[in-house]
Amino acid sequence: MSFWTRFRTNIGAMVGVVLLIAVIAIAVFAPLIFANDPWQMVQRPFLPPFSREDLLLGTDTLGRDVAAQLAYGARVSLLVGLVSTLVALLIGVPLGALAGFYGGLVDEGAMRFTEFFQTIPNFALAIVLVAIFEPTLSSITLAIAIVSWPPVARLVRAEVMSVRKREFVDAAMLAGLTKRRILVRQVLPNTLSPIIVMASLMVATAILLESSLSFLGLGDPNAMSWGYMIGAARTVIRSAWWLSFFPGVAIIITVLALNLIGEGLNDALNPHLSRRKGRA
Amino acid sequence: MKHLKATTFLIAAALAAPLAAQQEGGRLDIVVQPEPPGLMLGLVQNGPTQLVAGDIYEGLLRYDTELQPMPGLAESWEISDDGLTYTFKLHEGVKWHDGEDFTADDVVFSASTFLPETHARLRASLAYVDSVTAPDPLTVVFKLKEPFGPFISVFEAATMPMIPQHIYEGTDFATNEANNTPIGTGPFQFEEWVKGSYIHLVKNEDYYIDGLPYLDEVYYRVIPDAASRAVAFETGEVDVLPGGSVENWDIKRLSEMEGVCSTTEGWEFFAPLAWMWLNNREGPTSDVRFRQAVMYAMDREFMRDVVWNGFGKVPTGPVSSKTNFYSDEVTIYDYDPEKAEALLEEMGYDGEPVRILPLPYGETWQRWAEAVRQNLSEVGIEVEIDSADVAGWNEKTSQWDYDMAFTYLYQYGDPALGVSRNYTADRIEKGSPWNNVEGYENPELDEKWFAAATMADTEAREQAYAEIQKEIVDDVPVAWMLELEFPTLYRCNVKDLVTTGIGVNDGPRNAWIEE
Repeated sequence: MSFWTRFRTNIGAMVGVVLLIAVIAIAVFAPLIFANDPWQMVQRPFLPPFSREDLLLGTDTLGRDVAAQLAYGARVSLLVGLVSTLVALLIGVPLGALAGFYGGLVDEGAMRFTEFFQTIPNFALAIVLVAIFEPTLSSITLAIAIVSWPPVARLVRAEVMSVRKREFVDAAMLAGLTKRRILVRQVLPNTLSPIIVMASLMVATAILLESSLSFLGLGDPNAMSWGYMIGAARTVIRSAWWLSFFPGVAIIITVLALNLIGEGLNDALNPHLSRRKGRA
Repeated sequence: MKHLKATTFLIAAALAAPLAAQQEGGRLDIVVQPEPPGLMLGLVQNGPTQLVAGDIYEGLLRYDTELQPMPGLAESWEISDDGLTYTFKLHEGVKWHDGEDFTADDVVFSASTFLPETHARLRASLAYVDSVTAPDPLTVVFKLKEPFGPFISVFEAATMPMIPQHIYEGTDFATNEANNTPIGTGPFQFEEWVKGSYIHLVKNEDYYIDGLPYLDEVYYRVIPDAASRAVAFETGEVDVLPGGSVENWDIKRLSEMEGVCSTTEGWEFFAPLAWMWLNNREGPTSDVRFRQAVMYAMDREFMRDVVWNGFGKVPTGPVSSKTNFYSDEVTIYDYDPEKAEALLEEMGYDGEPVRILPLPYGETWQRWAEAVRQNLSEVGIEVEIDSADVAGWNEKTSQWDYDMAFTYLYQYGDPALGVSRNYTADRIEKGSPWNNVEGYENPELDEKWFAAATMADTEAREQAYAEIQKEIVDDVPVAWMLELEFPTLYRCNVKDLVTTGIGVNDGPRNAWIEE
């Protein structure tokens, strides 16, 4: 069975893909769907949802369109999730690969460095970093990348270590390929599937982290995001439930979609694992 | 001035006359937020300290909601016609909480030894004082070097609290152990302070006014979370929420509850005015046309209604309408985006972005900055919102690293005490976020500010301040946003809680509970 056939038959994964495509579509087409800027005060504040056709999800404390805020918030959440994961991979993959492939002092050095980051709780470190840099979209993305690369490095290291003991690596050595070429051309491609699975879950974690930071008031004050919406709505939660409810639902849907996809990828890329699971 | 005194004395007498209906006894629970750093009013003057210590310490005078002086520890006073001599007759039979007699010597000690050393805000006013003397135990005479119009407004409890000489003389004031068990002359005395929980005050049985206070005890409750404070009030655990102790959005909901009354009175002495510092030194904000455009571009009424839930009043200029010598004969900046656009075009604004720094005091201020950004962007001004915590805000404003920055300050009843400090060039000094932070320089106006402060004649002062306001409003050194109102919420069976210009700060003195 090919990868795609296996993935397609996984209902959960397909639901995840559909949801994620929907979220991406809303994010991309936000300016076409909503004429209003998400910060624009369009109606009286605290308009409940479904009370007006043009403002389906109601208005917030300043009379801004909640639906438009959600759509534009999707942009920030997805952007931060994707970019920070990419940056984390750019740090984690080379570091883990070098450590696993060369071993010895390189390995020791790289792993001690990684552990240094792993001993500090993720969220606490992210808060400190954002507070030092001043909250902007780029500093938040960077902070999330900095706290999420260590697991990548450890995963890649373990994979590379096991792959490099295989016979085809010895064969490549004998064929006279340089070590660097072997690592890049032969070893790394064989570690891709766990990295892909991990990356999909990391996007979900990054979205959660960004929302948590914004909720605490450490978001970019010039970017509309879901975490910001919930944080701002916290003080009025008793009188205006919809202000925190809808962005909460948006976060759940997106994170759930990414997790389902990650699971699906995992099963599809490791047929052995999934068959075992199927039998048990 | 003589007239003024006579009428106010009558009002005061009317207020003080005990009515038959007042009931004795009972306990009042008041929220204090945040927990005060100390209760020794001569050393600490921040808001929560004033709230609690206002029952323990007293000043020579009290002020009604029109800011007219009423008898406090002084039962009468006289100002000489040249405005240089202030003579106070003290109440007879006043005792400190430890039983010692309160005399004119205590006043002399407080005003010439203790407070000049510890009280920065009062020090500026005491600079006008030549001597303080006590010709007899019940008479105090302040002699001034030159007339200082606002002098009659400096005798409020937190501005010039009376300090017991027999406890503090010859000691190191800041480290004196008695600071933990404050001794004053007030209607309530200190009983216990459980840190993080409550401060307990009990009735001063020997209070010098017969029948006062009515209450047996007052608890100031420390509840760190705004939502929990609202719940504590709903469940009846506390009786009074002083202004600013719950979020704006909650005030409406709580005040609609049965048996809950609210008042916006009791802040007249402070008259908090909110504005945005506009950096007059550099960037687009250094152009007066840009600053005027900002004023026309903002829908301040809308912001008041939406961000502050309708509480407050849109100001006309630097002096709050509650402060003495307010004048509205100035240019009025109504919401007029077209005028703003025309001004921006005239100056040739090139779209250079400006930063707005909100005050880091919670959601309300953040929303306010967002509303301003929206209004400004509608007339073509590019705005970014900066962010900072309290320390960062202090740093950025006092080091002048901002384009527009929110703030609010108290006015203390008189322009010379709480307004001119933000506009005269001698108060341009890096390192403080409370002085002339915007860097506005107008030597001609400076002269007028100084002259107005040292006039003995009230009418002349009135005219001088009207002139100043007319001129300064055209220059827009800062963007005046709102006269803040902090409603006090309380159970309706608590009577006479807010009767003065400082509200709950000295409210328990006259308050009583109807069974």
